[in-house]
Amino acid sequence: MKILVTGGTSLIGRAVIEMLTGRGDQVVAMQRSDASIGGAHVVTGAVTDMAAVSAAVQGCDAVLHLAAKVGIVGTWEDFHHTNVEGTEVVVECARSAGVQRFVFVSSPSVAHGGEALVGAVAHPADPGLTRGHYATSKALAEGYALSRHSPDMAITAIRPHLVWGPGDTQLVGRIIDRARQGRLAFVGSGAALIDSTYIDNAASALVAALDRCDVIGGQALVVSNGEPRPIADLVNGILAAHGMPPVTRRVPKSLAFAAGWVAERAWERLPLDGEPPMTTFLAEQLGTAHWFEQTHTRRLLQWEPSVSIDEGLARLAQHVADR
Amino acid sequence: MTNAAVQPGGLPPELVGLDPKWSRLVTARCRDGDRTFHLLDCNRHATGLTVVCVHGNPSWSYLWRELLAAAPSNVRVIAPDHLNMGYSDRTDADRTLSDRIDDLGALTDALGIVGPVITIAHDWGGPISLGWAQRRIDQIRGLVLTNTAVSQPSDSTPPWLITTAKSARVLRTVTQRTPAFIRGALRLSSPEPAPDIRAGFMAPYDTPERRAGIRAFVADVPLEPSHASFETLESVAAGLDQLAEVPACLFWGTRDPVFGEQYLHDFERRLPHAQVHRFSGASHFVTEDAPVAAAFWDWVEALQETGETSDSYAPQLNRSLLPSASDASPLVVELGEEGWRSIEPDLFLERVGRSAEGLGAIGAKPGDRVAVMIPPGIDLTVVLYACWQAGLVAVLVDSGLGVKNMDRALRAAHPDWLIGIPAAVTAAKGLRWGGRRIVVGEMDSRLRSVLGIERSLREIEFLGESAARQVRPIDADAVAAVAFTSGSTGPSKGVVYKAGHIGAQRDAIAELYQITEADRLVAAFAPFALYGPALGVTSIVPAMDVTKPATLTAAALGEAAAQVDATMIFASPAALQNVVATAESLAPHQRAALRNVRLIMSAGAPLRLGLLQSVARLSPSAEIHTPYGMTEILPVADISLAVRLARGPGPGVCVGRPVPNVQVRIHPLDALGLPSESATDRPHILGEVVVNGPHLKESYDRLWWTEHRSRTADQWHRTGDIGHLDRDGFLWISGRVQHVITSPDGPIAPISIEHAAERVKSVVRAAAVGVGPLGGQSLVVVIETAHRGSNPLAPAAMVKLVRAELESDGLQNPVAVLQTPKLPVDRRHNSKVDRTKVAHWADKILAGGRPSRI
Repeated sequence: MKILVTGGTSLIGRAVIEMLTGRGDQVVAMQRSDASIGGAHVVTGAVTDMAAVSAAVQGCDAVLHLAAKVGIVGTWEDFHHTNVEGTEVVVECARSAGVQRFVFVSSPSVAHGGEALVGAVAHPADPGLTRGHYATSKALAEGYALSRHSPDMAITAIRPHLVWGPGDTQLVGRIIDRARQGRLAFVGSGAALIDSTYIDNAASALVAALDRCDVIGGQALVVSNGEPRPIADLVNGILAAHGMPPVTRRVPKSLAFAAGWVAERAWERLPLDGEPPMTTFLAEQLGTAHWFEQTHTRRLLQWEPSVSIDEGLARLAQHVADR
Repeated sequence: MTNAAVQPGGLPPELVGLDPKWSRLVTARCRDGDRTFHLLDCNRHATGLTVVCVHGNPSWSYLWRELLAAAPSNVRVIAPDHLNMGYSDRTDADRTLSDRIDDLGALTDALGIVGPVITIAHDWGGPISLGWAQRRIDQIRGLVLTNTAVSQPSDSTPPWLITTAKSARVLRTVTQRTPAFIRGALRLSSPEPAPDIRAGFMAPYDTPERRAGIRAFVADVPLEPSHASFETLESVAAGLDQLAEVPACLFWGTRDPVFGEQYLHDFERRLPHAQVHRFSGASHFVTEDAPVAAAFWDWVEALQETGETSDSYAPQLNRSLLPSASDASPLVVELGEEGWRSIEPDLFLERVGRSAEGLGAIGAKPGDRVAVMIPPGIDLTVVLYACWQAGLVAVLVDSGLGVKNMDRALRAAHPDWLIGIPAAVTAAKGLRWGGRRIVVGEMDSRLRSVLGIERSLREIEFLGESAARQVRPIDADAVAAVAFTSGSTGPSKGVVYKAGHIGAQRDAIAELYQITEADRLVAAFAPFALYGPALGVTSIVPAMDVTKPATLTAAALGEAAAQVDATMIFASPAALQNVVATAESLAPHQRAALRNVRLIMSAGAPLRLGLLQSVARLSPSAEIHTPYGMTEILPVADISLAVRLARGPGPGVCVGRPVPNVQVRIHPLDALGLPSESATDRPHILGEVVVNGPHLKESYDRLWWTEHRSRTADQWHRTGDIGHLDRDGFLWISGRVQHVITSPDGPIAPISIEHAAERVKSVVRAAAVGVGPLGGQSLVVVIETAHRGSNPLAPAAMVKLVRAELESDGLQNPVAVLQTPKLPVDRRHNSKVDRTKVAHWADKILAGGRPSRI
């Protein structure tokens, strides 16, 4: 199979490309930098550039669309441009090029507001519920992608929940940075159950989605390790893997929410660098349960996670020791 | 009185719970001309049974919406609105009870309902439905009544709500000018119905003109003989005799300030064959507060099932419950104020005979219920056996249940008599428990009259002494006792036994433990403290508060054993726990007495091996047995400590093989944790434990629906416990059905998980619960440790230890390990963890809720 992977330089992009090339698939990696990715043919360009995408997708059987603008800072226009318009471009170019399988990498946040998710199923993306530009733009993009599912080109959306692993700068990197600065605290009791996905499992789920795309087309599936953990257990496990002491500080949920509200306003109005330390969305995310029913996903994908949370933490510790 | 406005009937607007397809308007020829009724009518082309639902005041057919929604497709259900009520015609004249009976007949005639009918009625719909049924005896197949009345019982006063509303000054204001009556009636509901449901009830009564029927309905309640409807109501009540052959069922909300339980008891007297289900805590609008629709359809279904084979045992007495007088050794020994005292069999039988005669002499009739509230000892035994001798039903309520549950139990059992120690009769007065009162012990005569005490036990015996003695054999088929369950596995329920069941239980214990007349028993376990005389052995009650098992000290147990040179000890786990803890204080002769015991039996709650091994050190020659069973049937199985140790650890608690004459089966659990309908006897299948035996209870008391659901198709008892049988036929118990964790990988039984977690040092006890949706639950372990602080998350080191123990048993990895300084346990046994409560707490904490105590 020849596959176009957009956004291949991300943690998950590298892992999935390695897995695909490892089993003999041909991969065209489209990205904005010219960093090489082992085994893939690298094409530089933005996903919003129709000519570039059109050229890259020629001759491909499948597309794995990972490229997106992530994070919590930036204007709505920026998020909309990359995530919504970019997806429209990639979907339409793929269709013109005769691609048969299209996997859109999404996020569980496209279907939910701030409520606790307890053994939840994947609801349809709903930009009316989402919080923050990222989730809203991804909801619009997923809705668009699934609406273009057809017998000629099967489209499916995979929503991996909270991907982490060795080399992860998003979740693991931030936790370690903040802990070093003494700025890490749990929202509420820290007991909220959170699903997460070890990087290898996220990659194997995306590969499974490419293989099963013809069967599961038109659907959105949440993917996780299926091992929810209290957020404090997960974070302290990541710290322990780095040889760091557990965090015991806790801030009440209301306080975190208030701090987030102030920070959001400040970052909107003042020329501040980087990301706000807290947002109302983050306060809710860190303080309420987010875990999903996985039986349905596993049955449809014919896939099982191969690395448990405990095994993942051990691999993370090994990675830190090797560094 | 005439109404201000005549309005034609019409269809209701869209209302919550009401299917517009049900609504129709039908014109019928009434006595005063053609009238249009609104009615709900579903499955109108069904050809068999018709259910006729009759509402009261102030309501309308909306009351029956859930009953219609749940109707099987082969049964037609009609629920009309009375004229001047709901969406039926507003006529120019008020209607009386007699009119309404005629109206209902005119309507069913117009509908052409000529086949079999079951009626269900509420409030003042009750007499209307009964009046209709009495005119159609050939059609009526069943009568169901909910919170209604046909007469004012002579020993009670009319409902204050009705008397107040009827008083001339307030009648019109309350019932017609304002919607106060209907609003107030709905407010009786607990919890009050949701706003959209309240709106549904009030919808047809939006103007004073439309409320005229409510006023007239209240005015038609015949409280005095001069009232126009008095005679009709009297004749409906008298006509119940004609319906003695018709199956009947009474569904009753117990917290109804209008039709309280005195009206239920009135119906029970008038329809002695009726089945009864009390919905505890439900109010006047019982259909709003309790699942009456589900219960009703189960009743209808049960009515239609005929000729089913059942495995029920006929109660029989292989030998008398009374001991033989020939034995010279004391029968019961107790600690009195002046030291130990005892009663020999001949005097015991003498006192039993006198008490039975004396109770008869003051009016106790066979079948009367007697609440017996006496601590274990000579007097309790005498009274209990006297009840059986006299054909009375002993109501046994453990004071360990606490005042609130005792109160509930006594209201449910509704005793005709109450025999108790001064504290009990005082409580009976204060809490207004029913029953004529007899005190056990001396009491000042003034105080006696204040407390409404008629006699003392001594006076009863004196009365019986002079009466001509007739010793009748005890009838095996007569109801002998109503005992209340601990309530640790749900609300406390009355369990009805016939004398034959008690005899069978006695026989089971005697056979199981090879009890002979040479045995002497220390009875520190309430139920078995009563069985000494029936077993024909000497029994002694140690110095302790039997309602608080943990008050039994080693010295008290040893002293009692020494007094009678005991061969057997029956004690609860909590009692044994304290005995072990206080063993240091044993005097040499007490220690020696315990060493001579041949058998120790402990039941009522799970027992830890460690505790049993400590007990074994005090009584090295004793076999230590732990029977498994429940208030409904005990024993089911039995195991000795030696055998249990030989079986080794396993998934759950090994409770032994079924005892002789008892059969055990397993109903496997499905993916949602529900037991299937069919049984298996294959080994190692996890499911609900279902049992049968000659000492299985007769029924639950006034809980028809609970009884119905607790029985399998062939009448075996569903225990609610889950477990499995191993290859050698040993039964293993691993939790309760409602506590099964329904993980995506299949059902998980909590007890194996808990045992593994409890192996971790510093874990006092553990509860395994599921969080998340049924079928997709995640396993959570909650441990009780001596930690301080408010953090609900167990520290990482502890989590690691718990996970390691579970893994070594091949059990599922929990998503979280939570900690608490105290897990909630039941008050009777102080050991059964309330897992439902723990699960709610874990659910909240793990969803991100604020930390709190369980």
